[in-house]
Amino acid sequence: MKYRHLVITDPAKLIFGTAPYPVKTRRGLHIGGGQVYSELNFTLPVMSINDQTLPEVYAHYRQITEGALERALQLNSKGVILEFETLLEMTKSPATGVEIVKIMNDICESFYQKHGLASEIRLTPNDLREFERPALQRTSRLLEPMFQLFEQGMLAGGDLLSIESTGGKEVSDEALMMCDIKAVLFSLAVLGVRDMQFLWEKIAALARQHGKIPAGDSACGFANTAMVLAEKKYIPTVFAALVRVISVVRSIVAMEQGAVGPDKDCAYEGPYLKAITGIPISMEGKTAACAHLSPVGNISSACADLWSNESVQNIKLLSGMAPVAYMEQLEYDVRLMNTALKKGAAYSRTLQQLLVESDVYTDAQALVLDPSNVIRISSALIQGDSYVANARNGALEFIEILEETLASGRMTLPEMELSYIPVLREELQSIPDSESDFIEMMLPLLDPSKFIPSEYGL
Amino acid sequence: MNYILSKLLEAVEYGKVDQGSPYPPNLKGMDGAHELTQKALDAGIMPQEILETALIPAMGNVGRKFSENKIFVPQMLMSARAMGASMAHLKPFFASGKIKARGTFVIGTVKGDLHDIGKNLVAMMVEGAGWTIVDLGVDADAESFLEALSNNPGAVVGLSALLTTTMINMGEIVEKIKENAPGTVILVGGAPVSTDFCRKIGADFYSPDPRGAVEFLKQLAS
Ligand code: B12
Repeated sequence: MKYRHLVITDPAKLIFGTAPYPVKTRRGLHIGGGQVYSELNFTLPVMSINDQTLPEVYAHYRQITEGALERALQLNSKGVILEFETLLEMTKSPATGVEIVKIMNDICESFYQKHGLASEIRLTPNDLREFERPALQRTSRLLEPMFQLFEQGMLAGGDLLSIESTGGKEVSDEALMMCDIKAVLFSLAVLGVRDMQFLWEKIAALARQHGKIPAGDSACGFANTAMVLAEKKYIPTVFAALVRVISVVRSIVAMEQGAVGPDKDCAYEGPYLKAITGIPISMEGKTAACAHLSPVGNISSACADLWSNESVQNIKLLSGMAPVAYMEQLEYDVRLMNTALKKGAAYSRTLQQLLVESDVYTDAQALVLDPSNVIRISSALIQGDSYVANARNGALEFIEILEETLASGRMTLPEMELSYIPVLREELQSIPDSESDFIEMMLPLLDPSKFIPSEYGL
Repeated sequence: MNYILSKLLEAVEYGKVDQGSPYPPNLKGMDGAHELTQKALDAGIMPQEILETALIPAMGNVGRKFSENKIFVPQMLMSARAMGASMAHLKPFFASGKIKARGTFVIGTVKGDLHDIGKNLVAMMVEGAGWTIVDLGVDADAESFLEALSNNPGAVVGLSALLTTTMINMGEIVEKIKENAPGTVILVGGAPVSTDFCRKIGADFYSPDPRGAVEFLKQLAS
């Protein structure tokens, strides 16, 4: 791993709105430069996308963008990020995705010209490779439309580039159900890391070529799948929390390859990326309950530079269209944080403490997001000589913290959760330092029909 | 209850496959389902009794604990494995007619869908309730269900689908079964499936978890 030191070592400095390496955008947003902005996400209502419905699809995105920016303007917003996370059809035929970026960008530009409201588009194509099993991570023909959309989309005004890439997911999906922590670590710290290197080298190069912003990736398909399964009580929350910690060594590879932030909203590993690399991050929590439930509604905003709602369908609510309603919710959340920032460090620290303390001991996954724990675990995550060792060390450090917290009586977990802790620790301790030793250990244990080693350069 | 059988019940309930298996930690080094079933047979206990007094109650407990959120999926999978280790000893007695099954349950994940973890859990729990399982695996089409039904007349069918895109295939399969093997009882399940959907496609019963399926089958068999 490239990073050997933390950029932020003081938990008090790991705070919302401020990042050591802020990102400036074309229309003048200064992300991580002293204030928090909303990042609005949205999607179509249930409808099919085909040649006949395309005009209707475009009309939806036009309506969403206009409605959201209008509301942001009325609320005196200081700036907005609009994430266009494509639906499959829009990456499969990139021309559709590009057309939507154009529609949105024209509206952003007109609000900027007419009213001075700055907004930017985060463009997030799908990782189409996940629809081939076993996955062809490097040789798939589906890489072509993905990169077409990246390139033409950024030229059309999608200035911030992201993806939720899926390298290693074919191994992780079953490992999550079995609570097989070694296989999860293999999927993230070996397969995930290797695929991130492959993918982000290309994305960062393209962005550099066109003067755009390679923002970052999210371990959504891994750690958020675990979070959802834990929410359904299929797997322990303790396990899901460990998956989050392990996912850091995978998502940080984007930064190693040149990504500069703001990292993706659904990457709850963001605070770690911020502490280790200094980039600004987007986060989501209570205001994303429209998309999925989570046990980290407040604490997730503790060090957010962008605050997001994850996704909402363009449907009508009593107040108006849902994206407009969520624009408003985000703006009020952000206004509160920005007021605290304006009043100085004491106020922002107090607000952060409230956000942290209201969640931290209610769930192992919240404990992972406490800024002081983030710093402590991050230190463990950069100590070793391989991604594998780093992931293992970070995970073991989290178990330490968890046990200290349980011993102090501040947190309790049901017996069915507790019984997993010693087993997980033992499993983690059996993981060797070197990647090649670990691969040798794991290959015989994994189903060879599930993934193709050469697609990961193995 | 016989000592060996009570140990076997415990081994299956807590997922102890055999003596060498490290799981669960508190039963380390003890006999697992594999050894205990052999011991029970050696002691002259009737196979039917092993099934009825140890395995079925053990899996019943597992199913209840899972639907009450008292255990997680991996523990259920371990119990299923332990049950499998025990059944390997009992299989010959089914063939020879020494054990009478409650009925036959034909289960598969529908065409286009490769998710089988949930389907396997259901199959294991239904097997644990004393039914003979015909598992058609994943990506199963209407023809394979019809073939299984012609080999096992009167069998109950279970369909699993995890993708919103493959739920549609579920409807087609139900239609073909009802057309070609009228009277066949069909259960459906999988994360996106609902009672409404079940009704809409003309299936007979939906359950969100294996326990519901087991209970429905119990009533059906009685
Ligand atoms: C593991 C997994 C996989 C594994 C499957 C491994 C395997 N051997 O099964 C792999 C990697 C192969 C996979 C592939 C894909 N998957 Co997948 N996968 C999952 C995951 C993470 C867990 C599913 C699971 O096992 N759940 C645990 C079991 C215990 O629950 P269950 O299946 O619901 O079963 C329970 C009940 O439903 C019920 N039940 C089930 N069947 C039946 C049948 C009867 C008769 C009855 C009574 C009851 C019953 O009892 C079970 C126990 O309680 C889910 C995410 C999630 N949140 O569910 C996604 C998910 C299902 N996958 C998804 C997708 C999109 C895919 C892929 C297309 C690509 C991808 N994202 O990976 C491919 C499709 C391949 C294909 N053609 O099928 C989506 C589906 C979205 C949608 N709306 O349709 C999900 C929801 C993830 C997501 N949020 O994107 N996947």
